[in-house]
Amino acid sequence: MGTPDPYSPPSVAPRPVFEVEGLHIDYATEAGVLHAVRDVSLAVRRHESFGLVGESGSGKSTLAMGAIRYLASNGRVTDGSVRLNGVELLSLAPKELRALWGSRIGVVYQSPLSALNPSIVIGRQLAEVARQHLGMNQSAARERVAEMLTKVAMPDPEAVMKRYPHQLSGGMLQRCVIAMALMTDPSLLVMDEPTTALDVTTQAVVLDLVSELKREFDSAILYITHDLGVITKICDRVGVMYAGEFMEQAPLRELFKAPLHPYTLDLLGCVPHFDPSPQKRSLVTIPGSIPRVDELPPGCIFAPRCTFAEDACRAAPPPLEQRGEDHLSACRRWQIVPPPREHLRAATEALTTAGVAAGDRPTLVEVDDVQVHFKAAHGLLRNRQQRFIRAVDGVSLDVRSGETLGIVGESGSGKTTVARAIIGLTPATGGRISLRGRRLEPSTGRRPRSSLREIQMVFQNPDASLNPTRSVGDAIMRPLTLLSGLSRQAARDKAKALLRAVSLPESYFGRLPHELSGGEKQRVAIARAFAAEPELILCDEPISSLDVSVQGSLMNLLMRLQLEQNTSYVFISHDLSAVQHLSDVIAVVYLGRIMELGDAVRVLTPPFHPYTEALLSAVPLADPDVKQKPIRLSGSVPSAVDVPSGCRFHPRCPRFLGDLCVQHEPPWREGEGDHRISCHIPLHELSRLQAETLVLAAEKGGA
Amino acid sequence: MLRFILRRLGFMVLGVILASIIIFWATTVLPGDVATMVLGRYATDQARTQLRHELGLDKPIAVQYTHWLGNYAKGDWGNSPSTDTAVRPLVFERLRNSFRLAVIAFAMYVPLGILLGLVAALRKNTWADNVISVGSLAFIGLPEFVSGVVLITIFAIELHWLPAQSAIDPRSSYAAALPYLILPAITVALTSLAYVVRMTRSSTVDVLQMDYVRTANLKGLAPRRVLFTHVLRNSLLPTITVVAIGIGWLIGGLIVTESVYGYPGIGRLLLFAITHRDLQLIQATALLLVIIYVVANLVADILYAVLNPRIRYT
Repeated sequence: MGTPDPYSPPSVAPRPVFEVEGLHIDYATEAGVLHAVRDVSLAVRRHESFGLVGESGSGKSTLAMGAIRYLASNGRVTDGSVRLNGVELLSLAPKELRALWGSRIGVVYQSPLSALNPSIVIGRQLAEVARQHLGMNQSAARERVAEMLTKVAMPDPEAVMKRYPHQLSGGMLQRCVIAMALMTDPSLLVMDEPTTALDVTTQAVVLDLVSELKREFDSAILYITHDLGVITKICDRVGVMYAGEFMEQAPLRELFKAPLHPYTLDLLGCVPHFDPSPQKRSLVTIPGSIPRVDELPPGCIFAPRCTFAEDACRAAPPPLEQRGEDHLSACRRWQIVPPPREHLRAATEALTTAGVAAGDRPTLVEVDDVQVHFKAAHGLLRNRQQRFIRAVDGVSLDVRSGETLGIVGESGSGKTTVARAIIGLTPATGGRISLRGRRLEPSTGRRPRSSLREIQMVFQNPDASLNPTRSVGDAIMRPLTLLSGLSRQAARDKAKALLRAVSLPESYFGRLPHELSGGEKQRVAIARAFAAEPELILCDEPISSLDVSVQGSLMNLLMRLQLEQNTSYVFISHDLSAVQHLSDVIAVVYLGRIMELGDAVRVLTPPFHPYTEALLSAVPLADPDVKQKPIRLSGSVPSAVDVPSGCRFHPRCPRFLGDLCVQHEPPWREGEGDHRISCHIPLHELSRLQAETLVLAAEKGGA
Repeated sequence: MLRFILRRLGFMVLGVILASIIIFWATTVLPGDVATMVLGRYATDQARTQLRHELGLDKPIAVQYTHWLGNYAKGDWGNSPSTDTAVRPLVFERLRNSFRLAVIAFAMYVPLGILLGLVAALRKNTWADNVISVGSLAFIGLPEFVSGVVLITIFAIELHWLPAQSAIDPRSSYAAALPYLILPAITVALTSLAYVVRMTRSSTVDVLQMDYVRTANLKGLAPRRVLFTHVLRNSLLPTITVVAIGIGWLIGGLIVTESVYGYPGIGRLLLFAITHRDLQLIQATALLLVIIYVVANLVADILYAVLNPRIRYT
């Protein structure tokens, strides 16, 4: 396992392990040859981790897979050089390449469940690598697998080896894949969005593991991600890609604190920063969208979207050049690129509400002790006793008029079901929901049309929520004619106005959903939700599947529309950064119950519920200077059929007290304002314990 | 696993009972009178009544049904009026013949279909794939009485390689019967072959695009190992279902094919029974075919569950 020398910073490290120079990758398509990756170079040293950041379409995965020569059959490396330990990969025969894959080159994939064969037990899949490359027999290979699983902190490796992939959780599976990739102590470890498919809490655990293994193993890491927060946890150097080229390469801290390219600057501004003040601000937006590689503009490819561009930028493409020590930028005007905090002040605006102080607003929706229980499947002969999935198990909250209530929690916490119960798509089985003091029927079908108009919903996946055969205009006109009773002509005019309101050109009226990008589709879904002039819009992870810059502009859109129309939102997300950015009030839910509820500022400052505390410390903040206390939750949310006794969070609680938590339901502890925490630990005690865990106490962090 | 099998077994019994009701009901409401069929148009009313009484046809239909099903289960399948012999030995002798034909057809189309399907998938969008895909489409649309006649014309009448008729002696050995079985077996196999090819191709194409195949490749395994350990195990699962459902097609195909070749199998027996309105024979044969079909599906379900860990114990 290499030399015993301790982790040494990149500046004094020897010659790079992995070098890419002037790489060009083409795809042959029906429309012609696409130059997907053009003239890219990078170098990664031992123990170093190079972050490859970019939005979808930036070519980051193509670059990584092309460099290790695993491309689709229509892809081809046309020029350049890729060296691993000095060996030129581009001239290797397939057989020589296979000797490197899995031995000198390890790969960790985005979705661990689909990356493992569903019908072979874990142990055998991992052992395959040891047998192939380490020349081990079956029993030696099994031992090696057990040893590797122990190294990735897998509880009970022997049992895990006998499991099939679908029997393990995402976090456990990703550890297996990491163990498999590191089995041969590879020189290069390619990690392609390894935590994107995981919950925040699991992501934090996996990221900790990767940083630990980085020191223990000799590998150079090529880490691909779209998430700027994750980058700060793992990478030493970062390369920002845009439409197939590098815009900038720099050491991590320098890139975040003193970027020398406007694209990097804008990307940093798109991400909501933790800011527990009640004053809301917009986010930086990047006008336009990433160009297709067959329609690249002349000159600098970012110029058409750049706020700093001048005529000379559009004339000739600027080369990627050394602009500072170890800092490359492809911007002509790199000297005038301001620091991120200044840019943020200049490019965003404070959003002021109409002067009504929070708390004075009337209550719009009241959710009182709502339960949603589903019947669990049971056997024909045995297990006859009917059991219930308690998806939502007694939730009470208020949504005030013109405000946003954010609901956060891991997957399986029941946050989506709460929203579906409010709109009536999943009828509540207990409790009451009222709108302006008027009680609503549990099921949508039994509610009067007027109340259908009053509550609308925006779903996570616009592909699934827009009918692929109906035009954009039809989709928006439908609620207008159906719920608002407008004539077709009036509905048409209104629909066009709505398109403008969500910043889409009127020409989109006749388009079909497949002609739109993901962000544009979600804008149409938002326009449709606003069409009926609802009082409340339920947003169920509306931005999770989109790129960061698109997320930023959609959040701006939602905030602007709220100010204009005084609409209330329920914003559901697993992404605490987005929730804190948009919400006035935050509810933290776990296993069908609210753990903490209150004004955003109060929820985000101590005292925290231990669960909130753990969520906050798991969120990867896009600021390398913020130090977060590592509070980690083990495992995942338990099944809602067997809800733990006492406090349902007790099996995973980092501040578990003992029998009290197991035997008794925790009381509601009332804090300042409407702030409430459901915990056995008194608030002042929580405050004392959490005084130093503040994620927000960063001296320089937070813009 | 045991619970899973028991559950499926329960469903199977239920299915057979349901089918038996339909068969019984359908045969009793057939137009025409059994007694007239047996005794001839000029029999006296008294003789007909007498016969109906002997056959139990004057009792309520529910009683007739339970009586029939009870006897069927006990192995007493009655006598066939039209051949004047016991039904059970007759049916089983024919079943043995059909089984022989089916086995040979099966041995032809299952391996060949999988092989062609794999070749088409691995050489996707090349000429080999096009030939196999278009060819199999053509054969799906070709009914047995057409392909049978074409095969007879070419190989029996023109080339004289194989006999045109297959009316074999049921006691002959496999070896002796083989020449007579080849043409009918090919005829039966052709239609089912196409289904197996298409299913294998499409599921293999799907599996080849899966992330875990990429994982296997990037482990540095040889292409052959990737194919055999990682691809086939998953891509042949849907094919198993198709093969099992194909047994239904096989039975349907046998009835037509056996008639074309004059082959003494169970399909031809059923056709004979229907044209002679031999109720005992129709009921016994039809129910037996249902049982065979249901058992084949059960076996496929269990096999699928054994090979696919994700649906075990459900």
